[in-house]
Amino acid sequence: MNLLQQIWRSSLGKKYIMALSGAGMFLFVVGHLLGNLQFFLPPEAINRYGHFLKSTPEILWPARLGLLALVGLHIASAITLSGQNKAARPQGYASKAKPLDATLASRTMLFSGLIILAFIVYHLLHFTVLVEQVNFTGLSFEELYQPNNGEMDIYAMMVCGFSVWYVSLFYIVAIGLLCFHLGHGLASMFQSLGLRNHVWAPRIAAFARLASLLVFLGYISMPVSVLVFHHGQEYANRLKADIGGGGRTPAVKVLKGGAK
Amino acid sequence: MKVTLKVWRQKNATSAGELKTYTSPELNENMSFLEMLDVVNEELANKGEEPIAFDHDCREGICGTCSLVIDGKPHGPHHGVATCQTYMRSFKDGDEIIVEPWRAKPFPIIKDLVCDRKAFDRIQHAGGFISVRTGAAPDANSIPVPKEDADLAMDAAQCIGCGACVAACKNASAMLFVAAKVSHLGLMPQGQPERYRRVRAMVNQMDEEGFGNCTVTGSCEAACPKSISIDFIARMNRDYGVALLKGEPKKVAGGGAG
Repeated sequence: MNLLQQIWRSSLGKKYIMALSGAGMFLFVVGHLLGNLQFFLPPEAINRYGHFLKSTPEILWPARLGLLALVGLHIASAITLSGQNKAARPQGYASKAKPLDATLASRTMLFSGLIILAFIVYHLLHFTVLVEQVNFTGLSFEELYQPNNGEMDIYAMMVCGFSVWYVSLFYIVAIGLLCFHLGHGLASMFQSLGLRNHVWAPRIAAFARLASLLVFLGYISMPVSVLVFHHGQEYANRLKADIGGGGRTPAVKVLKGGAK
Repeated sequence: MKVTLKVWRQKNATSAGELKTYTSPELNENMSFLEMLDVVNEELANKGEEPIAFDHDCREGICGTCSLVIDGKPHGPHHGVATCQTYMRSFKDGDEIIVEPWRAKPFPIIKDLVCDRKAFDRIQHAGGFISVRTGAAPDANSIPVPKEDADLAMDAAQCIGCGACVAACKNASAMLFVAAKVSHLGLMPQGQPERYRRVRAMVNQMDEEGFGNCTVTGSCEAACPKSISIDFIARMNRDYGVALLKGEPKKVAGGGAG
């Protein structure tokens, strides 16, 4: 039996896969956050960043496929493991006692994971595939382009997208669940890989709490700044007025075509 | 004091069971939980009813035979004690107590509160041993063992194999038991020759028995009558990973003889 088969077939092996794919996705979450925090710089910064990613397929596609593989492995092992877990106790207990010492996060990883998955699907439709029907702003994000070079206006897209309060609320709740998931997952990752002992256990626990809190604050800072502090509102209004005036709409396709 | 018991009654492995309610006779609060069941059984026997079957042996917390999930917690309300050392003074007069067997597919119920824990024996047979020469006892300290390793190995060796970890785990996982056995032997110099073969064999047997997987909730550690730490599970995970990476031993010509 080769190594990969052995890993997949064993309970501990699948936990290694859970841990490593989780670690990979956590690194993406941190990178994605750092990139997006350019939202707090002048609009050109994040627009340049977005254009760089989108126009560099040799980075974009390996990253996308790699992430897809990580998500796939994480979900496949989660479903297999939890199936085995359910099968291991066909009959439960009659007494409805509180589970011993187990945190809520540790008992609800599958549930929080599934909601995060639903959020990822929405997020991709919202900001990557740019499906007009799911942004609830009444305008197509594809029409938001920068007047000087015709490239996508990611800054305006974020301002407009987060101006819809229920969309922002969903983002905040989903990010909250992600960090709830990470609070348990980041610590368990070390346990599953065997990289934990009595010296490192408290440090790992502190890292998991701090990292998930920072990720939470970092991500919600964007919808909160738009909703509460009207960050970038002026910029977006100016742009929307231009589009509404009809002066620019016909030019969109020409400019976009030119940019390609 | 008197208590009301709701006890799982099941005639045999194949029949369906149910919770039955019994009122205890007058009890002494310093009786152990098992002695309370003895008294209830005596009354049942006098009435011509089938006594409640439950596992017990040493009754001093060292053999790992007693079980019972008492009000949802394996071994009763206290930390670090087995059912035999749980006393009726931990309950109040008139309490209703639900008593159930360990629930896990690899621990099928034999009768009432007695379940078959041979799955643990099979895991032990797979690798929970060391090979030593027999004969006269070796000189004390002829093999140096660092004190901290000896202490840690002793912590793991406290496992009495009762199965409370499986009973408490929401996934019916046996990881704490297997981790304790793997760590206990793997920490000692005498356990080194078979260290990686052992962890592979024991984990594979554990998987074969159909136990669940660890989701690091910590319930096992909380239920363990010997308070064995889940740090040992990390140690097992580490050893198993190393064992997988090492792979099968290299085949050599002549079995290594030439």
